[in-house]
Amino acid sequence: MSIAMSLAISMMNDLATAYPGLMGGMITTLKVLGLAIVGGMTLGTILALMRLSGIKILAIPAQLYVNFFRSVPLLLILLWFYFAVPMIYNGITGKYIMFDTAFTSCVVAFMVFEAAYFSEVVRAGIQSIGSAQVNAAKALGMTYGQTMRLVILPQAFRKMTPLILQQCIILFQDTTLVFAIGVTDFFRAGYVRGELMGLLTPYILGAGAVYFIISLLASVGVQRLQRRLRF
Amino acid sequence: MNHSEKAALDKDNTLIQPAVMPIGVGQGGDSFINEFGGLVTDNGHASDEIVIKMTDVSKWYGDFQVLTKCTAHVHRGDVVVVCGPSGSGKSTLIKTVNGLEPFQEGEILVNGISVGAPKTDLPKLRSKVGMVFQHFELFPHLSIIENLTVAQVKVLKRSDSEAKQKGLAYLDRVGLSAQAKKYPAELSGGQQQRVAIARALSMDPVCMLFDEPTSALDPEMIQEVLDVMVGLAREGMTMMCVTHEMGFASQVASRIIFMDEGHIVENCSKDEFFESARSERAQQFLSKILDH
Repeated sequence: MSIAMSLAISMMNDLATAYPGLMGGMITTLKVLGLAIVGGMTLGTILALMRLSGIKILAIPAQLYVNFFRSVPLLLILLWFYFAVPMIYNGITGKYIMFDTAFTSCVVAFMVFEAAYFSEVVRAGIQSIGSAQVNAAKALGMTYGQTMRLVILPQAFRKMTPLILQQCIILFQDTTLVFAIGVTDFFRAGYVRGELMGLLTPYILGAGAVYFIISLLASVGVQRLQRRLRF
Repeated sequence: MNHSEKAALDKDNTLIQPAVMPIGVGQGGDSFINEFGGLVTDNGHASDEIVIKMTDVSKWYGDFQVLTKCTAHVHRGDVVVVCGPSGSGKSTLIKTVNGLEPFQEGEILVNGISVGAPKTDLPKLRSKVGMVFQHFELFPHLSIIENLTVAQVKVLKRSDSEAKQKGLAYLDRVGLSAQAKKYPAELSGGQQQRVAIARALSMDPVCMLFDEPTSALDPEMIQEVLDVMVGLAREGMTMMCVTHEMGFASQVASRIIFMDEGHIVENCSKDEFFESARSERAQQFLSKILDH
């Protein structure tokens, strides 16, 4: 017990100097998270519309995409985009990618992976609106695009918001996987600092506690939002 | 099909002048009794100009035939009530008029424009045919005034101020100007349906289609909606209305179409229908309806 206490105190003392590095890591985490959400939602919505379009040449590839990315581990996709894609690029063009691909590849990997999950939520949301609203929009002379943009998607997104937020919380925790390709997110920043200062265990637990608190507060927030939206 | 004068379209393919079409079944002329014993006449039209012309329209859902060779003409100013037992295809029929339901055989011309033709710009056609649904289908995420203006601005490309002015005018017409800033969920069923009618009217349609507009309303709210529809009819709006409200029909209808099992059984003027409907099915229907 006293060992734990002394380790905790050491970590607290270290935080003053560790703070900039940790904040840098958190900023990276948030950058990856933000881009992944925006890209994932955009691609996910497109995939959902493709699946619901009824046009086979759009619906079937979208379905295959979703089924594939929901069936493979995220870590695999991350490693694929980091290692395999530059190799393929080199194989095809003979050129080497000259910039550090770690950040770019992990953002792309997250977008591509999350899009599959987001598209399922969006698809369910759109289908829950019902064809009568579509008929009403059509009867006023709206095109398919206008119907989606002005009538269906606004309603669907209002309904889907709690589920989307929950997916974002999961994604927030998943960002720690970038550890595997050397990107310094908040977790890795804590890990590296802990290793450096001989305080690995406290730092890992501390970083874990930060993720826990943020995720818990966010989950409670989503639940309260859900209750409010019910009315 | 020969048309004496084609529908006039401006360079954007907007309908500016409806076609003048020769009368299919001579005015006051060919009346006949069809295979079901029903009366088919051409009396009671409000004018000579045909707005909706359905010819031998048939529709299948897979193997099941829901509409069989339906022929009907709606002239300008007509108020046509489509009635019949459940499952007779009345809602399906009215939805084929603006192309919400496709059909496999036959032809439907609205102001000379073919609904079924692949080249037809359906959204443009639909913007000129107003439709009111059984469950109102207002857009719940928009306020009342936004419901009235969204299609005017996005489909008809009117300016925001013009759309708002028009929307408020029609809202006032149905007696609900105080509700402009509210949301559909805050309104009663009867109020929502009146807004839905105003929303359709704001598009300045050439005709209005009603699909059982009062069937989902509590009895005390039916009259307020019927009053709006009677007002519209008296102003000369061309209306095609699927309804069970035979009181409304006897008041303002010019013609009645009675359907049963996907067929048009009776297709005659209101007076002819109520006084001398011949077919057994129509007589059964009338006796059940008029008894309460």
